[in-house]
Amino acid sequence: MSAVEHGHHNDVSPGHPELTTLEGRNKFVGFWLFLGGETVLFGTLFSTFIALRNHVAGGPSGKDLFSLNLTFLSTIILLTSSLTSVFAILGLKELNVRKMRFWFWITVILGLCFLGLEIKEFTEYLDKGLGYKTSAFSSSFYTLVGTHGGHVLFGVLWISTLMVASYKKGITAITAPKYYIAALYWHFIDVVWVFIFTVVYLLGIVGS
Amino acid sequence: MTTNAHTLATQQPKQGFLAWLWTWLTTVDHKKIGILYLCGAGLFFAIGGIEAMLIRIQLSVPNNTFLVGDAYNQVVTMHGTTMIFFVAMPAIFAFLNAVVPLQIGARDVAFPFMNALGFWLFFLGGLILNVSWFLGGAPSGGWTAYAPLSTDYLGSGMDYYILGLQVAGAGTLMGGINFLVTIINMRAPGMTFMRMPLFTWTAFVTSALILFAFPALTVGLFMELFDRVFGANFFNTANGGNGIIWEHIFWIFGHPEVYILALPCFGIISEVIPTFSKKRLFGHTSMVFATVLIGFLAFMVWVHHMFTVGLGPVANSIFAIATMAIAVPTGIKIFNWIFTMWGGQVHFTTANLYAIAFIPTFVLGGVTGVMLAIPAADFQYQDSYFVIAHFHYVIVGGVVLGLFAGLFYWWPKIFGKYLNETLGKIGFWFFLIGFHVTFFPQHFLGLMGMPRRYFTYQAGDWLATGNMISSIGAAGMAIAVVLLVINIVMTQAKGQRATGDAWGMGRTLEWSIPSPAPEYNFGQTPLVQSVDTFWKEKMDGNKKVTPAEPYGDIHMPNGSIIPFLMSLSLTVASFGFIFADETGTGIHKGALFVAILGIGLMLLCMLVHSLKDDHGFHIHKEEVLEMEKKGEGA
Repeated sequence: MSAVEHGHHNDVSPGHPELTTLEGRNKFVGFWLFLGGETVLFGTLFSTFIALRNHVAGGPSGKDLFSLNLTFLSTIILLTSSLTSVFAILGLKELNVRKMRFWFWITVILGLCFLGLEIKEFTEYLDKGLGYKTSAFSSSFYTLVGTHGGHVLFGVLWISTLMVASYKKGITAITAPKYYIAALYWHFIDVVWVFIFTVVYLLGIVGS
Repeated sequence: MTTNAHTLATQQPKQGFLAWLWTWLTTVDHKKIGILYLCGAGLFFAIGGIEAMLIRIQLSVPNNTFLVGDAYNQVVTMHGTTMIFFVAMPAIFAFLNAVVPLQIGARDVAFPFMNALGFWLFFLGGLILNVSWFLGGAPSGGWTAYAPLSTDYLGSGMDYYILGLQVAGAGTLMGGINFLVTIINMRAPGMTFMRMPLFTWTAFVTSALILFAFPALTVGLFMELFDRVFGANFFNTANGGNGIIWEHIFWIFGHPEVYILALPCFGIISEVIPTFSKKRLFGHTSMVFATVLIGFLAFMVWVHHMFTVGLGPVANSIFAIATMAIAVPTGIKIFNWIFTMWGGQVHFTTANLYAIAFIPTFVLGGVTGVMLAIPAADFQYQDSYFVIAHFHYVIVGGVVLGLFAGLFYWWPKIFGKYLNETLGKIGFWFFLIGFHVTFFPQHFLGLMGMPRRYFTYQAGDWLATGNMISSIGAAGMAIAVVLLVINIVMTQAKGQRATGDAWGMGRTLEWSIPSPAPEYNFGQTPLVQSVDTFWKEKMDGNKKVTPAEPYGDIHMPNGSIIPFLMSLSLTVASFGFIFADETGTGIHKGALFVAILGIGLMLLCMLVHSLKDDHGFHIHKEEVLEMEKKGEGA
């Protein structure tokens, strides 16, 4: 049926190297389902934030703090990183490990830039009096955006590890699904950011 | 790949206790993990049962002083939490693991490693919760852990609740994803979705419910943790927080949870009744439809737990109607089970007795459920013993009777020996009568005004007789459980050996292979040609199910200690957070460091697992043939 099950070879052909084995197909379906669970996780955090976003308890509100310039820059960086991870997957499908590695490293660098900006942003807010304990708004804001940031950090670590291992292992029936789902995860993080950009920042600045 | 793969023959079994322990700590075989889940559930069932008996002793007479105040609150909280999360859930997973791959003709689950991880997370989560008894007191905020009571006013016990459930919940989520993928991707050729046995169908819908319900609980528990440890304000009204958010989050998880438990038990009943009626399940298609519909409606009704919160008549009405709608697909199921028995040759084995007793008992629970679904009436019933009676009729009458039916039905398949039928039937009558004697009077106690969660009542309240009857009934259930333990010990010592088709009338694929199933499940992947495919083959005069492939080498995954180590790391992290919480006095920094260390160890385990290629091993064709031959002889 497949290479891994019968254990003869690790050869994969271009097209869908991530789906050549049953293990690969399982990972593919399983990861999509996992993202379904992640959607509920973020959905719950978003609902809580929406319920509490105006409960500032005398502390600073989003309107006082958020800057469209900074958020716009973060958004551009993260969306670009999604594009570069698409290029990496194109490399995977062509079985071109150098191309894949190059674009994944770019993705990692962009992810790190995004994290740097987020740390800068949080530090500014702290200076302006928005601590984690300040209000229900601050708790729900830092938890929602921080959970996303934690996901970005995890993605950066994950993709970096895979890339380091790729020097030794290349693209095989075993590694291809790993690269593929890491990219899926990265896209998911970007989609969540689009919602954060809209619900947290845009509504925080223009909405009341 | 082949260079690293080794065969079964090279894996010499070692002797001694440590080798035995190591086998169980590292196993990734779904059948062994099923047994582990069964043992875990059994252990916690004993603990939760003792807690139940303590409650009934306290309430047996008016003004009792056996267990009062905080001690009573702890026992009540632990009884509820243990029974739902650490008995019913793992028991469900025990059957999912033991049966689902066999029913769909698969050699394994989709993610054997993750399966082991799920078990260890559940088990260590349960231990985290239960060590609270010895480290400053158990949680006492009720199994629903309503905030801000649980975040601002109760002692360290609530931390054990939050982290114990968090760890166990992560394991459950993994199990859910695992079984979804297994059922989607690994069905034998010809096993279309509409040919899937009903138990597998309910496993599928339950896993989907787990996938969408548990992440909400994860977030809710994190919010409580952050409120307690880091001083967040989710539920702190002084700084703009809102406790109703917890109620919504808890119940949008908690309501589907009821169906996560109930659906697989419906599935068990749908296997046991046709088998012991020697008839195919009546209305297989409508049963599938009803299962999916119940799964959908499970998410649409959570507010019926919150009718008295004050969300307004519009919200209450919508959720009342959605709740009552669940009675329709459930009714379809009830009638289908009855019609399956109608005209069949009904065999009254212990398993079937439990399955048949399930029907009227669960209907009673369903009827009081519809009563509670009327908001105006709920304002009277809420937080009274009527609610206690209702959900015990559903959870014990539905889930536990179903689980016992499954236990007696599949025990020969799992362990290769029959449980004693005579002892089983005596136990059954003790349990069934004991159950009704315990919980039927509680309906009336509730209507007479006895509140839930209270540790005593006055002599003149007319509540004494009902409570005494209830406590006597509980003793009957306890006797039944003791009889079951004796039965299990006797069976292990000198039980009668079971053949592959243990009951002689098996219908589904798991009965077509030896009991217990060989390590690789199916020597040849079966070709599925109809619903109840094994029964059809037998009716066609075939001894074996038609294979879909010739004999060949079978690839198996290697065992691994990493799932256990990962769970241990999260346990370390949990204790870090528990001791970091000095509610009101800030954070204990050293303990927080331990928490971070635990998470770091977890990430390290993930890294090692990711970088180390595990090629598994092969069972060679000759070995398979030899084992198959032995299996036929048994």
